[in-house]
Amino acid sequence: MQDTTDTEAVTAMDSDGNFASSAGKQLGLYALYAFLGLSVLIYVLSVAAGNSGGVVSGGAIDVERNSITIVLSEEPPQLDSTRSTDAVSFVVLAHTMEGLIAYDNNDQLAPGVAERWEINDDGATFWIREEAKWSDGQPVTAHDFEFAWRRVLDPATASEYAFILYPIKNAEAVNRGDLPKEMIGVRAVSDRLLEVEFERPTPYFDKLAAFNTYYPLREDFFANANGRYGADADMLLSNGPYVVTEWIHGSSMLWEKNPYYWNDQKGFLDEIVTAYITHDVNAKLNLFKDGQIVETSLVAPMLPTAMEQRWQIDRFMDGTLFFLEFNHRDNRLTDNWNFRRALQLAQEPSELVYKVMKEASYLPAQSLFPVWIQGVEDTFRKEYPAPEHKMDVEKAREHLELARQELGLEEFPPIVLLSGDSNLSLAAGEYYQELYKQNLGLELRIDAQIFKQRLAKMTSGEFDLVMAGWGPDYFDALTFGDLFASWNLNNRGHYRSEEMDRLVRIGRSELDAKKRMDAFGDIQQLIHEDVVIIPMYERGISFVVDPRLKGFKRRSVGPDVDYSYAYIDISED
Amino acid sequence: MWVYVLKRLLQGIVTVWFIATATFFAMHNVPGDPLLNDRAVSEAIRTNLEAKYGLDQPIGTQYFIYLSNLVKGDFGISFTQENREVNDIIREHFPISAILGVLAVVFAAAGGILFGALTAIYRNRLPDYFIMLLVILGISVPSFVIAALSQLTLVTLNNAVGATILPVAGWGTILHMLVPALVLGLGTMAYLTRLMRSSMLEVVNSDYVRTAKSKGVPPARIFTKHQLRNAILPVITVLGPSIAAITTGGFVVELVFAIPGLGRYFVQAVQQLDYTVIMGTTVFYGAFLVFMVILVDLLYGFIDPRVRLEK
Repeated sequence: MQDTTDTEAVTAMDSDGNFASSAGKQLGLYALYAFLGLSVLIYVLSVAAGNSGGVVSGGAIDVERNSITIVLSEEPPQLDSTRSTDAVSFVVLAHTMEGLIAYDNNDQLAPGVAERWEINDDGATFWIREEAKWSDGQPVTAHDFEFAWRRVLDPATASEYAFILYPIKNAEAVNRGDLPKEMIGVRAVSDRLLEVEFERPTPYFDKLAAFNTYYPLREDFFANANGRYGADADMLLSNGPYVVTEWIHGSSMLWEKNPYYWNDQKGFLDEIVTAYITHDVNAKLNLFKDGQIVETSLVAPMLPTAMEQRWQIDRFMDGTLFFLEFNHRDNRLTDNWNFRRALQLAQEPSELVYKVMKEASYLPAQSLFPVWIQGVEDTFRKEYPAPEHKMDVEKAREHLELARQELGLEEFPPIVLLSGDSNLSLAAGEYYQELYKQNLGLELRIDAQIFKQRLAKMTSGEFDLVMAGWGPDYFDALTFGDLFASWNLNNRGHYRSEEMDRLVRIGRSELDAKKRMDAFGDIQQLIHEDVVIIPMYERGISFVVDPRLKGFKRRSVGPDVDYSYAYIDISED
Repeated sequence: MWVYVLKRLLQGIVTVWFIATATFFAMHNVPGDPLLNDRAVSEAIRTNLEAKYGLDQPIGTQYFIYLSNLVKGDFGISFTQENREVNDIIREHFPISAILGVLAVVFAAAGGILFGALTAIYRNRLPDYFIMLLVILGISVPSFVIAALSQLTLVTLNNAVGATILPVAGWGTILHMLVPALVLGLGTMAYLTRLMRSSMLEVVNSDYVRTAKSKGVPPARIFTKHQLRNAILPVITVLGPSIAAITTGGFVVELVFAIPGLGRYFVQAVQQLDYTVIMGTTVFYGAFLVFMVILVDLLYGFIDPRVRLEK
């Protein structure tokens, strides 16, 4: 080969142009080599990658296999239900586990492992159904709940959600390490009878019993896992409609129908493949467009695309309330009521939502209690309308002047607004900055921090105002109602009021439903009048689902996405 | 030569120790800690969590415990993925980043050298202008834009054809790798093209090329032996660090294409202050980078006869 180019080349020496063409040919030859080499390399790499490959997916919906493919936003961090705290783990667990009580597809309580139950003022009794089985065929017994709850409260477990079991007698003392864990007020009388003693009357215990931390755990399986329970597919035991049968970390999971699951009204799909893990919303949209996943959320800029494609766009309130929380600590400006009142009067949440955030499914917030919370008969907000709020800059300035005199200040120093680092929180922060400058002549300094740093500053009180969010744990007004009790550790602004504490005590223990809701109505009013917080917005999410999938549910409380009632219906096609 | 290798390795170990120490103290000085979570926990639980992760010890003690574990090759357990050891995370996810990275580097090197040489041969003519325009785009457009755009192109392409030609995201087969690797390597490819072009142009006008020409050496031979071989040296120099940079810098591409590589853990660990994963990935990547630099320096000795590894 060298020879042929040589002979050609001798004559081509005279000009640069000829040199170029000759060199170009040589380069072309090298390009060919490179291409061949690459092909070989690609082949070798594909063999190598074959070993680390994911679960095979047959597109969004595989009718023949009765299987769907979904995306998870991250690798589930903790599938040991006694310790998990995050939304993704909760989604997986909602499909693989079942508590004593469950929610049906209309957000109503429905029997789970317990076929019936009784709640009194001093305790509760649960009758475990005979058909309830673990994924290895053994029956689910009352002992599995006793073991799980003791483990949650055992100080050595260091479960972050232990507080949700505190209504159980001695739970808090055991969790603090003051009492042995055998003293917890939960007892398996027999395999099928579970008795719970309360620390104080807990009329909402049925709703608590549906929560993740209340799921059962079987002692022998847990012990055999040797500290690795929940770490891999074979280290998990399920009692819900699905079982995790394959789990390639960070990459994919396969959930298969649990053959031993008792309820034939749930778990219609044979397989749910979580073939993708990413939290990139655009990537998810692309996967949906390409027909690879059955469902995806849409953010505001994607709505035109969705409409172009003529997709059916659904919405739901994801349950989370966002609000400006004041720092009520003694040495802070924001401890002054007139000052807080001025800030409250000088803003209007609907302006923030409609003009700044522009997310179609967000709702301007008017109260600590979101619109979907249940009251006695109807929704809470219909029975107890939110306090009226009207933006009134004149009045706001009067209050600010009063505050200035009370505090003995010449001029207000800059106010620190602690915020998250997402685009949306920054936009909201800048809105308030401009708003308060225009209306009140106050200077706001935005302190944007990533999640953990923001939490650290919230906990230590390094802020005047913080943009905070709160999502519900259980389907009861109390999940928001007790947020500003003086003993609540999540009351990071340290709001203290005897009236509030009194109302929260009624809210958590009053057996009469009407009186109980009245207390929450009073809390709603107190929050407004004492300006504990300024409600910002309730978060809603727009999403699209493959039209062939029916019975899919997104929830305000509980798992964000729920496929346990979903089934494939191709009749319309 | 062996003395030199040994010396470089020792220097490398010191560098890695320095990286580990600096990261350790920087990380502990960031406000907040990995145990903070959405739901506030009581003192009792907090104490138990601290004890579980050894955060109850004074920082100096933590540092020495950390170093002794490091020597044993044990990075500990992740704070966020509570059932996984950092060693497992690296072992399971690094090969994926590495496969993607190798492919990206090969794309980048092959493309960079070929296009660089091409632009030099046809300098100030159409192919040169055209390629250099692409190069400027490749350097200046950030990878998340290119990644998103190429994914969108895939979707459009698949929709137009009515079948999945190339998968939009995910991992498993060679088809999953091609586009992400190309996107990942694009920036480096552009950089290498420019480097190759300028070093080719430098060589073209050198004395030995003129001498070779006047001796009547055939152009193809001049091109290969005198120009290409000499011009390629600077490219090889940056190739080592490039491999490390590409393999470690895949976060955006891994996120967009849902690839289970290590880059994601590297970035998310910092966001979530996952101490053990931050330390594990930083030290691992640091060591990897140091090793690549040493490797390139050694290779240099074989490629360029003027460099002797004697000292």
